[in-house]
This record gives sequence, structure tokens and C-alpha cells, in this order.
Amino acid sequence: MLEVSGLSKAFGGLAAVDQVSLDVGSNEIVALIGPNGAGKTTLFSAIAGFIRPDKGSVRFLGRDVTGLPPHRICACGIARTFQITQPFARLSVLENVMVGAYHTTRVRREAAARAEDVARQVGLSRQLDMRADALTLAGRKRLELARALATRPKLLLLDEVMAGLNPIEVEEIVSMVRAIGKAGVAILLIEHVMQAVVSLAERVYVLNNGRVIADGPPAAIATDPHVIEAYLGHGAAARLKRGGAHA
Amino acid sequence: MSRQGLILTGVGVLALIAYPWVFRSNYAINVGFLVLFAAYLGQTWNIAGGFAGQTSFGHVVFFGVGAYVSAILHTTYGVNPWLAWPFSALAGACVGWLIGVLSYRAGLKGSYFALITLAVAEVGRILANSVPITRGGLGILVRADQRAANFQFKDPVWFYYVALALCLLVMFIAWRLTRTRFGARLAAIRENEDAAQALGIDSFREKVKCLTLSGGLCGAGGTVYVQKYLYIDPSIAFGVDKSVEMLLVSLIGGAGTVLGPLIGSGVLHVMGELTRDLGNMLPGVSNAQPLSIIVYGAILIAIVAWLPDGLMGLFGRRSKEVRRA
Repeated sequence: MLEVSGLSKAFGGLAAVDQVSLDVGSNEIVALIGPNGAGKTTLFSAIAGFIRPDKGSVRFLGRDVTGLPPHRICACGIARTFQITQPFARLSVLENVMVGAYHTTRVRREAAARAEDVARQVGLSRQLDMRADALTLAGRKRLELARALATRPKLLLLDEVMAGLNPIEVEEIVSMVRAIGKAGVAILLIEHVMQAVVSLAERVYVLNNGRVIADGPPAAIATDPHVIEAYLGHGAAARLKRGGAHA
Repeated sequence: MSRQGLILTGVGVLALIAYPWVFRSNYAINVGFLVLFAAYLGQTWNIAGGFAGQTSFGHVVFFGVGAYVSAILHTTYGVNPWLAWPFSALAGACVGWLIGVLSYRAGLKGSYFALITLAVAEVGRILANSVPITRGGLGILVRADQRAANFQFKDPVWFYYVALALCLLVMFIAWRLTRTRFGARLAAIRENEDAAQALGIDSFREKVKCLTLSGGLCGAGGTVYVQKYLYIDPSIAFGVDKSVEMLLVSLIGGAGTVLGPLIGSGVLHVMGELTRDLGNMLPGVSNAQPLSIIVYGAILIAIVAWLPDGLMGLFGRRSKEVRRA
């Protein structure tokens, strides 16, 4: 469904994303992990059209969408959320979600009905009339999800929708994301919360210094020496093997 | 609109229609005209500045171009002013489109956009001062010929009603913005343009559409001004004070609200009329004008300082204005 190949983006001399290739199949939930500054968000921005890649291509449903502006990407069926939540601060929660819902209808009544549906799905039903800037962080993350979902995407790009949430909130979002996936939406998620990655993703890509250093099912990734070194530093994998708890 | 809202709107409109029959003096009718005309121009600013967040400091350029187009068509080419009217709207729309395409294509936002509009209005003033077709600084005098067929009225009450009609028209359009997809998209762009684009909104296109609409509506005011005062010159047509007034009535009343500009304009003019006489009441003050302006300014500062959402903010309705379908 989504095929990224050889994607590169440099800022000045720094290669933020370097020759990245990955793919997401339809109905698949794929995770993208990596240490801070690995280039995950840059990769997302390049896929979603917010930055133009220097090299490489993004294909979606067999169509080349490389370098299209964000609204065109959205029209193709890709919706993204923002790591740093970007609510329409002075609009109500319902109005926020309606902006997404208006993507597929111009009729206000339909947009409002869809927005209420989606809000219920993500557990925002009781905050519909609240101003978006009055929401808690967990509420804002849900709002990001609801707005993106209201555009009826075929592929969702979720950028750390669980960061900063407590374990109960994480559990709630995990089951929501799972339900969205079950409903037939493919999902590519950036996540640091490993509990969520392990329970949601069928496959994981690990990004470090802009490159994909490993990919595979979550269980295999967790023991991959390259991955352990990326997170814990050079030589950590060897020490782990030798000393177990002393590492 | 709720039943209650409908009734209140009806009462308000009837009150505005009845006003000249209750207050019959020319003075009262003229103040009424000024309030409505400023509210109308302010609302055209509000459609771009308040609803879409495209703060313009030079909105007068649309008014000025509309005024000149109308005056020139009428005096030089003998076109009937009624017929010239749509052309002044069209001219305003074209200027709005052009400013929009050029500045949004260049990615100008916020204060940069504001400065561009300010500069364009100045360019208008300088051009009007120097090209022969506008008769430079002399301005254009329209021959008095007070017949309704000529868009000139003996009774000032008719200009009052023209201003009322324009004011109601732009308020209706602003109200539609709170109820339609186009309006929702403009609000999204105002609040967060990146997020708006991520949700499939072509922000460039919507902003250009908005500025074209705002410019066209504002341009139509030019004809009315020229026909009422029978004179236009570069500093009236492109003076910064009119731009400021448009923005001020919206901010005082409440930017991005349907009623804001009308309330702001009412308060501003009534306050202006009251403070003008203030100085005369004090003993030993020979020139009242500076004092009035000081008091006027102080009240403005107080409103902006304590009511950042304008007078409409007092009702705390912003989040409820667009609610359930």
C-alpha cells in the first residue's frame, strides 16, 4: 500500500533521513522506532508532504505521491497526526473534528454527525463543546487521532500519540488504535512506548541516525544487537550477553 | 439558528429599519449612516482578518479602488452609478485576488502579510496622486444631480438604508461562514495552518478565495461613498485611517464574530460623539479637540487591555457559536 524507497532528506550537512526504504501493507500495523533524533518525524513529514525529500520516492496505492503538497497527500488517503499536538485552539472539540470530516462532505449536518461518531470512537463524546485548548494532554492526543480519522484515511501516520500519557491512558489508546486497524485502516506509528509497540505492531522498523538498522517482528527486534547498541551505546549488546543484570 | 436567535435577529433588523423614523434629525440619520457604513466596512475586514486570521492593515485599498473605478466610470465615461456599482465590487475582488495570489504564493503570513497590505494601499495612494485618470491630488468631483436614478438622494435616509442593506448583506455572509465548510476551513487556517493542510485543506486556495470575497464586498462601498459625498481624493480613498477604523471596529466588537463589527462601530461612534462634547463642558478649556482624543484613546486602550476578545467576548459565546447542526 505504502512503499517508501531510498528516501533521503538532509538539513545542511546533516542527513536526517538517509536512504530509507520501508513498506506498509493494507490492513497492516507497522511501528517505526528509534532513539531521539533518529529522523522518525522527518520521515513522516516527508511522506505526508510537509517537507520535500531530496531523493527517493513515496508511492501510495501504486501512485507516485513524492513531493505532493500536504492537502493532496490527504486527498490520496493518508492522514497524519502531530507529535506536538496542533489543535485548532479556539475552536470546540466538535468543530476541530468537523474540519477533518468536511474533507469528504460539504454538508454541515453530515460532517457534524461523522465528527460525533469519531469523537465517540476515541472517547471524546463528553468534551464536544469544550474548547480544544482546555483539553488535557491525553485529550489533545485523542483529538489529533479523531481529526485524522474523520478524513476517512486509508493509511494513518501516528506520531507518538501515546507519549506523555499514563499507563491507563496508553492502554486505552492502544485498544483504540487496534480497533481502527481492525476496521481496515493501515497504520504506521512512531512510538517510544514499547509496551504499545509490542502489543500493536506486526512489524517494526528501527531507525538510527536516519538509516533503517533493523526490521522484523517486535520480538526479534528486541534482541537484535544493532538495536540494543543504538539505544544503549556501543558494546552494550556484548555486555548484555555476558553479564545479564550487570550490564 | 435557534428560535430565540431568529427572534432577536428580527427585532434587531426591525429596530435598525425603524431608527430613522424615531430619530428624524439629519444629525441622527447621519450618525446612523456612519455607524452602519463603518460596521459594513469593518465586517469586510473581519471576513478576512477575523474569520480567516488574515490581518490586513491596508483594507482601504479595496474601498479606494472601488471608489475610483466608480467615480471614473461615472464622470469620465458617463456610466450610470448604479451600473458602475458592480464594477467597483469587481475591481475590489480583483485587487483582493491579486494581493492574495502574490503574497500567499510567496508564503507571507502574519505581520508580513499585514505590511504588504499596508504597502499596497500606499502604492494606491501614490498612484492616485500621480496618474492623470484620477486627476491626481485634485480628486474627482461628481456633479450633483439628486435623482434616485442617478444614485443620489435628496433625503439622507436613503443612504442610511443603502448602508443598512450592505451591512446586513455582509453580516449574512459572515453568519454563513459560521455554518459552512468554507467558513470552517478558514477558521482552521486561522487557528493552525499546518494542521489545516494535514486535514486536506488547500490553504492557499481558501485564503485567496477569502481575500477575493472580502475585497469585492469592500470595493462595493466605494461607490456608496462617492455617491454620498460626491467627491473622492487619494487620501480619502487610500488613507490609513480608514484601514485602521475597519480593523478597530472589528477588534473592539470582537474579531471573528458576526455581530462584532456592528457593535464595535456603534460603540466607537457613540463614544466619539460623546467625547467630542466633553471638552466643552469643562471651564477654561478653549480647544476641546485634543482632550476628546485623549479620552477617546484611553477608552480604546482600556477595551483592548481588558477585553482581548472584544465586547462580544463578554458574552463568552465564542465556542458555542457554531455548535450542533
